[in-house]
Amino acid sequence: MVLKTQFKYLMLLLAIFVCACSGNPWNNPYPAKDAGGNILYSAFAERPKHLDPVQSYSSNEILFTAQIYEPPLQYHYLKRPFTLIPFAAARMPETIYLDRNGTRLPQNADAEQIAYTIYEIPIKQGIRYQPHPAFARDEQGEFRYHHLPEEELAKIHKLNDFAHTGSRELAAEDYVFQIKRLAHPRLHSPIFGLMSDYIVGLKEYSMILQTAAAARLDEQRVDTYLDLKNFPLEGAEVVDTYTYRVKIKGKYPQFMYWLAMPFFAPIPWEVERFYSQKGLAEKNITLDWYPVGTGPYMLSENDPNRVMILEKNPNYHGETYPSEGMPDDIEEGLLADAGKPLPFIDKVIYSRERESIPRWNKFLQGYYDASNIGSDSFDQAVQLSGQGEATVSDEMKEQGIRLETAVATSTNYMGFNMLDPVVGGVGKHGREAARKLRQAISIAVDYEEYVSIFANGRGVPAQGPIAPGIAGHREGKEGINPVVYDWENGRPQRKPIEAARALLAEAGYPGGMDVKTGAPLVLYFDVTARGAEDKASLDWMRKQFQKLNIQLVVRSTDYNRFQDKIRKGNAQIFEWGWNADYPDPENFLFLLHGPQQKVGEEGENASNYSNPEYDRLFERMKNMENGPQRQKIIDSMVSILRHDAPWLWGYHPRDYGLYHAWYGNVKPNRLSNNNVKYWRIDASLREQKRREWNKPVLWPVGLALIVLVAGLFPALVVYRRKERGMGIQGSVPGANEFGNLNA
Amino acid sequence: MLNYIIRRLFYAIPILIGVNLITFTLFFVVNTPDDMARMQLGIKRVTPDAIIKWKQERGYDKPLLFNEGEQGLAQLTRTIFFEKSVAMFAFRFGRADDGRDIAYEIKSRMMPSLAIALPVFVLGLGVYVVFALTMVFFRATYVDFWGVVLCVALMSISSLFYIIAGQFLISKLWHLVPISGYGQHMDVAKFLVLPVIIGVASSAGANTRWYRTLFLEEMGKDYVRTARAKGLAESIVLFRHVLRNALIPILTGAVVVIPLLFLGSLIAESFFGIPGLGSYTIDAINSQDFAVVRAMVFLGSLLYIVGLILTDISYTLVDPRIRLE
Repeated sequence: MVLKTQFKYLMLLLAIFVCACSGNPWNNPYPAKDAGGNILYSAFAERPKHLDPVQSYSSNEILFTAQIYEPPLQYHYLKRPFTLIPFAAARMPETIYLDRNGTRLPQNADAEQIAYTIYEIPIKQGIRYQPHPAFARDEQGEFRYHHLPEEELAKIHKLNDFAHTGSRELAAEDYVFQIKRLAHPRLHSPIFGLMSDYIVGLKEYSMILQTAAAARLDEQRVDTYLDLKNFPLEGAEVVDTYTYRVKIKGKYPQFMYWLAMPFFAPIPWEVERFYSQKGLAEKNITLDWYPVGTGPYMLSENDPNRVMILEKNPNYHGETYPSEGMPDDIEEGLLADAGKPLPFIDKVIYSRERESIPRWNKFLQGYYDASNIGSDSFDQAVQLSGQGEATVSDEMKEQGIRLETAVATSTNYMGFNMLDPVVGGVGKHGREAARKLRQAISIAVDYEEYVSIFANGRGVPAQGPIAPGIAGHREGKEGINPVVYDWENGRPQRKPIEAARALLAEAGYPGGMDVKTGAPLVLYFDVTARGAEDKASLDWMRKQFQKLNIQLVVRSTDYNRFQDKIRKGNAQIFEWGWNADYPDPENFLFLLHGPQQKVGEEGENASNYSNPEYDRLFERMKNMENGPQRQKIIDSMVSILRHDAPWLWGYHPRDYGLYHAWYGNVKPNRLSNNNVKYWRIDASLREQKRREWNKPVLWPVGLALIVLVAGLFPALVVYRRKERGMGIQGSVPGANEFGNLNA
Repeated sequence: MLNYIIRRLFYAIPILIGVNLITFTLFFVVNTPDDMARMQLGIKRVTPDAIIKWKQERGYDKPLLFNEGEQGLAQLTRTIFFEKSVAMFAFRFGRADDGRDIAYEIKSRMMPSLAIALPVFVLGLGVYVVFALTMVFFRATYVDFWGVVLCVALMSISSLFYIIAGQFLISKLWHLVPISGYGQHMDVAKFLVLPVIIGVASSAGANTRWYRTLFLEEMGKDYVRTARAKGLAESIVLFRHVLRNALIPILTGAVVVIPLLFLGSLIAESFFGIPGLGSYTIDAINSQDFAVVRAMVFLGSLLYIVGLILTDISYTLVDPRIRLE
């Protein structure tokens, strides 16, 4: 036993020695066996809550699900504006318009005539699922693991404990099955509310399933599996093995974008059946934990506390790197891999990294292949040229790190609550006065300065709600907000503060004083509780209002209360943001659509803005295809919004990403998430750089030892002297006294 | 002694109920069940129906403490507080709000927490005692003086600074160990070096000073004078007599934390990427997951009570005069 323990320690020492001599850096957080592997190393801060595609919606979840699942469509990796192309679909869906009687209408039919739209989607043949125990069959052809007895279940602790796996071909019924799952009473799909307004029969289907699930519970069945195959849904039907149809109410062209999201990815019934077995959920063996897809990668390790690993799906049907792109793409080398089979990377290791400091330092050491830039490391990473163009700092350049930027398809704005009597107004005159007040504030709050100070220049001041890169957004002179800007010297110039003061006077607050009461105008800015680091930005905001002699009172509250205020319409001025779901102006303009009000409607219109003309135009615009006619309506809508100024349009953030020299084929964007398959890693260069950058510095260890010895030596001398001294002291006067005590 | 332990365990029940009630009240003063549902369901496109359904499924659709719609005892039992608390006393922690099994998470995260906390505890105890005894040995000399100065300096620095400075020097500048992360099997060792060093160093000032005070107090007692009078070497006086007699106050502080070692450290685990129970608790607080917060607070208070009982038992081991009755 002792020998065994000694042997263990000997092996450990040997392992350390081998590690030290192998040249593998001491601070390498990854196992030595992975050195030189075709692996992408990345980090995640927040653990994903859901990996079931019917539920996952957050960006930190789609990061994984988008690589695993194959919805019918995807975005072209290189083309801009964003273009949908087939993914698992054999070709783009055929769109069929029907009137109320079910008669087919021409493609250019008026939206009001269209009662239903049918999307007929053919899928590619020969696509197979990743290996999974749900598909494993025994010699008799029966599923091995669909009816596990208790004693078998007791031996299972994780998915890898199942000895056998299987696969099967992807079928159209899997897509229909997933659409049905949107209404499953046990699952909470965030898009169920929206989709039940469109997919024919989905709302009723949810009620049917709820009743059926309740009946199974009442009958106290051990097996509460609800087999959706037994419950047909009118809005989603299988045409043949490789074709299915989705029937939606009216015309909703944006539905195509939803078909590019994991919500519409296939789920095989076998998997749902397998995971529904009692006892598996207690061990976290659920579809929400172990996804099953046909995509280029599969989740081979899911320990969201530490690491999540994606590995190449051995059954992946294959796809090639795009051969077309934008003119700049050739110059940037983004088309060098055109036509080559995907994916390039064998394995992706996502490590949990909660704090930004270790994440940033590991990136600099070469242990993460890419990094975003926190405000604390911005100056270290980026320098601005004389023309205001951002480039990497000399220190980063030396390491071969490059910067990629892209304006995000999102907007950060400051909203006015239109139900508030001061900023929203009451009565015709009151509303007009409030509009002028809002316009005055729009001019006074200098977002150019805000972006420069608080976002390190990483943003574009907004001229309206639609983000750049989205159809409907206009650049240049015709795209400026004439309420706030003038076009001067080929660029937008914020109007002088005098213009704002004049508007304020017209609103009934000359010099910031209420004409009726003579009291100074006080406005309230509702924010979520913030730390000391946000004090500067709040002070800055007060200063902006101070330009108009308006007193801004910051009402800070916790996140829940803030949400509650917005829901109940108790906030006055607030900050909010929106990330686009899909690249369509409707996805921005609906944020100010009257029927989408927060108060009463629980919609996404946090300002509770309502303008009948705007709403009428929105209804027309939302069902139209992109084109000059739609652009004209969008222009009118944006013009109404600029005039009414329910928001300070804020800014569109610009994403900055740093990438090491060995990281290739990167074209950042926030909309298409299944990008890992396109990326490429030069593993040997990374290995070489890691060794170069991480040579252990041993002198501090030596110095520490010397200090220790130097400290110990005099201590030892004093100790010995003292020990000897005690004996001598024993014979001095007084010893007798002690001796007496002893006696 | 058995009677004493049983009695103490019975006393623990009202304490646990009280702790549970306070946690419950504090949590729900800040977060309503609707807030919890919104947090779990996401910010975008959450419908009122989805919130109602979420609450029904998890039993958050009932009144918090008193159910006016029921009769008799059910007014107290058909409440969120009762239903969520009773199961916990049977160690059935249930599921986190994201659907994952809490007991499974606790089991899998206990070892990483312990892997740091135990070495920090054992090494720390040894180091602090040795340092304190050394200062006592050299008392009233410059070693003692500068030792105390060093201790005060160490005490004055925030633990976060130790972590950031440690990561910067040892990992970033000198490349000796990984900055953060956690491995499997033998790989774990290299990830533990830095957090253990920092864990020991960050508490060195306060603990060494405290132990030094305890030892000095013992040094002034008659039996020490007697031992010296017998001609014992100073090292024997210190290690055999002073240390043994100073153990009671040391045990009071040390044994009580042993069971709590399982719960890990909130900040260190977060910075070093250790997948332990400390980071689990932080995550739960951030995501307003009451099920996890409640389970962790319950476990913490239970382990604290166990620690106190163990402390009492340890007194009897180091001091034969103490009897637990």
